[in-house]
Amino acid sequence: MKVLVAIKRVVDANVKVRVKADNTAVELANVKMAINPFCEIAIEEALRLREKGHATEVLVVSIGPDACQEQLRTALALGADRALQIQTDETPESLAVAKLLNAVVEREQPQMVILGKQSIDGDNNQTGQMLAALANMPQGTFASEVNVDGDKVYVTREIDGGLQTVSLSLPAIVTTDLRLNEPRYASLPNIMKAKRKPLESMTPDELGIDISPRLTTLAVNNPPERAAGVKVASVSELVEKLKTEAGVL
Amino acid sequence: MSNSNSILVVADHDNNQLKAVTMNCLQAAAELSAKTGGSVDLLIAGSNCQAVAEQAKALPGVTRVLVADGESLTHQLPEDVTPLLVAQAKEGGYSHLLAAATTTGKNLMPRVAALLDVAQISDITEVVSEDTFVRPIYAGNALATVQSSDAIKVITVRTTAFDAIASEGGSAEVVSLSAPSASGMSAFVGEELSVSDRPELTAARVIISGGRGMQSGENFPLLEKVADKLGATVGASRAAVDAGFVPNDMQVGQTGKIVAPELYIAVGISGAIQHLAGMKDSRVIVAINKDDEAPIFNVADYGLVADLFEVLPELEAQLS
Repeated sequence: MKVLVAIKRVVDANVKVRVKADNTAVELANVKMAINPFCEIAIEEALRLREKGHATEVLVVSIGPDACQEQLRTALALGADRALQIQTDETPESLAVAKLLNAVVEREQPQMVILGKQSIDGDNNQTGQMLAALANMPQGTFASEVNVDGDKVYVTREIDGGLQTVSLSLPAIVTTDLRLNEPRYASLPNIMKAKRKPLESMTPDELGIDISPRLTTLAVNNPPERAAGVKVASVSELVEKLKTEAGVL
Repeated sequence: MSNSNSILVVADHDNNQLKAVTMNCLQAAAELSAKTGGSVDLLIAGSNCQAVAEQAKALPGVTRVLVADGESLTHQLPEDVTPLLVAQAKEGGYSHLLAAATTTGKNLMPRVAALLDVAQISDITEVVSEDTFVRPIYAGNALATVQSSDAIKVITVRTTAFDAIASEGGSAEVVSLSAPSASGMSAFVGEELSVSDRPELTAARVIISGGRGMQSGENFPLLEKVADKLGATVGASRAAVDAGFVPNDMQVGQTGKIVAPELYIAVGISGAIQHLAGMKDSRVIVAINKDDEAPIFNVADYGLVADLFEVLPELEAQLS
């Protein structure tokens, strides 16, 4: 089966972003960018499905400016077979992203689409579920285990109280959680090879999708700062302060 | 379209009782209702969930409790709940659909939003007006104020940002809805739920969390003993989960649970951005770490630079 993986170029997880002085957005100029960590897990899972013989082809797609080709090349170096960029300089909202991905699903007919559960920039946690709705497919979100068995996939999900396992008819949407796998690193020969793998580019117009935003960001502000705390010298001082000063014991 | 500016809240429940987060979500709904003038209805989708309906009808500020009780809704799979909610949104003429940003709400609401062809506004922390909300982005390092132009606003609520409403004092009308037939494309297979006498992390008054500094899962009982004295719940950082010390449902952070207890004690946690995102709105934060440069001290009200293996037994003893 064909597996489609959607990835996003985001600020590197180790960067602490700063709000711009004019409070319109966060500062992204000259900030290190990377594949969203949950999307890396999605790529890895698709590669493992291919290694287990369930997947025959891994197609990776990303939506964004030409800079996101860098992340697509990384995915190819990790082992994806081919890549598709949906070229836009806009920042489409989750609904528009889901519509674009649904157009790709119609064109490519994958049996499974794997996405990260959320991107660490917008923290929306929406796209996979929205795509599942638009494609009329079942969804296995926040996956910690994925097992394909015939025309079904069993997905174990991280839920608030523990773990839940569901069975989904293929084709299905899976979104990854932290513990699903540990992504591999790309080797140098594979990075060289990836340069020759096919990378196609299309526009939202070519896919016939309207990506106009529904939300307007009115302001982006810093969160309230916590007042500086104090260091205590001992456990007894700590307990004393929690009892008298903070009043929480 | 009699309810053209009313609010529908999706209840979080386990077929036996409402989850506490529903009361926080209803507070967000009440604040919204104060701006729109619309009434608040509560939807309970489940099976054999009449006890939940009984509990719900006493909630103040709720006009109607809509109960869809049927086999297909036993596990509230999103494939089965979505058609119900989409139909209610359209027929009931609701202007806002709200759910708590739990794993249930996060799983369901975007599916509903997409079928209504509207954006979702995730994890709101403030209601500014009927169409404008504040939500954290970039792991809470920034707060975005966003305005929706959609006719129906689909929203998930960060429940730590809203106080719980009272659980009694109301007298809502209970309305039965017919449950949809199962979609057939997904099925519940099983679950493993953590069994604990402690409160859930998102409802705990005191949380004591361990990080990589705990060195192994076998040392977590040191935290549990302190937790016993405090009536606290034990949490963990992503590093501790990644290292395999404890299960993921204990994770506090950007990609785990967001908590804001009265007292949060971080033990052997360095304070990575993604952990701070999950706990920095706690009322009082205590950090115990032997590295005095650890970023956790920047958000802590009280810091103790010391070896946690000495501190924890001493803390347990002093709390006795």
